[in-house]
Amino acid sequence: MWKRAADPMELPLVLLIGLLTAVATWLMLSRNLIRLLLGFGVLGNAVNLSIFVAGRLTRDTPPLVPLDAETIAGAFANPLPQALVLTAIVIGFGLLAFALVLAWVAYERLGTVRTDEMRVAEPPEEKA
Amino acid sequence: MMAGWLAAFVLVVPILSTGATTLAHGVPRLQGWLSLLGSYLLLVVSVALLVVVLRDGMVVLQSGNWAAPFGITFAVDSLGAVMTVIAAITGAACLTFGLGEIGEAERRAWFHPLSHVLLLGVCGAFLTGDLFNLYVWFEVMLIASFGLMTVGGTKAQIDGAVKYVALNLVATLMFLLAVALIYGLTGTLNFADIARSVPAVSNRGLLTAAATLLMAAFGMKAAVFPLFFWLPAAYHTPLVSVSAVFAGLLTKVGVYALIRAFTLLFTHDPGWTHTLLLWIAGLTMVTGVLGAAAQTEMRRILSWHIISQIGYMVMGLALATPLGLIGSVFYLVHHIIVKANLFLIAGVAARLTGSMELKRIGGLYRSAPWLGVLFFIPAFSLAGFPPLSGFWAKLVLVRAALEIGSWWIAAAALVTGLLTIYSMTKIWAEAFWKPHPAGESAARPLGEAPTVMLLPISALAAGTVVIGLFAQPFYVVAERAALELLDPASYIAAVLGGAR
Repeated sequence: MWKRAADPMELPLVLLIGLLTAVATWLMLSRNLIRLLLGFGVLGNAVNLSIFVAGRLTRDTPPLVPLDAETIAGAFANPLPQALVLTAIVIGFGLLAFALVLAWVAYERLGTVRTDEMRVAEPPEEKA
Repeated sequence: MMAGWLAAFVLVVPILSTGATTLAHGVPRLQGWLSLLGSYLLLVVSVALLVVVLRDGMVVLQSGNWAAPFGITFAVDSLGAVMTVIAAITGAACLTFGLGEIGEAERRAWFHPLSHVLLLGVCGAFLTGDLFNLYVWFEVMLIASFGLMTVGGTKAQIDGAVKYVALNLVATLMFLLAVALIYGLTGTLNFADIARSVPAVSNRGLLTAAATLLMAAFGMKAAVFPLFFWLPAAYHTPLVSVSAVFAGLLTKVGVYALIRAFTLLFTHDPGWTHTLLLWIAGLTMVTGVLGAAAQTEMRRILSWHIISQIGYMVMGLALATPLGLIGSVFYLVHHIIVKANLFLIAGVAARLTGSMELKRIGGLYRSAPWLGVLFFIPAFSLAGFPPLSGFWAKLVLVRAALEIGSWWIAAAALVTGLLTIYSMTKIWAEAFWKPHPAGESAARPLGEAPTVMLLPISALAAGTVVIGLFAQPFYVVAERAALELLDPASYIAAVLGGAR
């Protein structure tokens, strides 16, 4: 279990996460597909920062084991969040790349990027 | 040790199949056969894994021999093994069907490699014992499903894919945020280690918030009320073999994740989480079945029924009694087979009559009576007619609800079953019974559908009948899976070892 005092950088980072989340939510509420995807990108960064903060911010030595030792002496920074964030960034990048290409294809074939005008799969009730 | 290798093979086989089908991309026939071979090999390996799990108990694989909770753990209990077998069955059936459906254009859009990546993601999700690893498998599955959904590239597919992609991206971030919160609270991502640490977490409110966030993320994947809108927008648009895999498997991975999370990890506040799940279950059942009643296109009707059926599975989880979980597991097995089959049958029906739209087709009973029989089995199993598999699944769930006095959820389950008959009768009356609007010769005989399409349909229908007539062995396996789920301590002991 965790037992460490919070680092002073925690509050600014948390505020930044809040700000990014607010911006992303605002963007994603748009009916424009491009804004929705931009919102996804911003929200992804907010979530990645949350992982980083969840791993605790500390001012310790880097998690590198010296050549002549088996373990690190003393406190060291938590390396796991960086591995998680790195994975999440790569996955988020892949998803965003696909989504952008999809938006482009949608614009080409459907002629719009507004989600409320995309009614091909679920057409409005047929007129009798 | 051998057993651990077997679990690894369940993941290695689809990886190899992906590689082989990618390399054989320029040789169409070879690619098709390799793809089929890979899917049947996966079936064999996963059945072997299930046999080992049922015989010797949980199989735990610590990758790289890093002891849990430091390495990435794969932990296969009865539920995970059963789900893997069902996934392999669905994959094999749909890829066989695909041989008849996939044209050169679809093949060129990487149908075969993407299918195997999808199976890889699904199997990985069923086997993993680590929350972040589960996230990664979800994404593997998701990106493959994005690709598969747009194979063909019609306007409706692009439109459906936009909604599917958008909502799944949101669910992904919710999942990731929940992972961050849980990591922050417990300091670990290993399922067993989280389960062990949860009782000691002092910030109970945040823990419940993280659990609810996880519920929302998995719920969106599982298409529960009120997060299901992406499903009826998208599932009727892709190729039949693709939509059958999606209908059978994908939402059920969400259900599986819900079951895992709310039996193993978060049982600390059932007054909130499980009550919420019960409400979700009831509303999901009813809205799904009502949505289906309003549709007139075969795959859209069936898509709405996926939603309503998800409600049953969540219901068993929410009741959290042994009988309830037995019901959920039994329902999962029954449903995946039946639902994938119904989508395949809809595909054949559309091929013989020219459309999925019920208003424009008919006459199938006259031209292809055997297709009627093949439709009858899964359709009435879905509605819960004895002696088919759906009857036993519903019986167990309703009984579980009555046992603990949840009258209203039992009533919702029964009414939903009744309304399911309405939709199935509608398909029967329109597609099979009434004459084809374009004249009698517009409905083609069954012989004109490729044999590779009819084989998997017949096999899945036979499976439904077998589960119905010989329910006991399936019930025993479901019971064992349910009892394991209700005993997190032995899961924790199996993964972390008795010490510590």
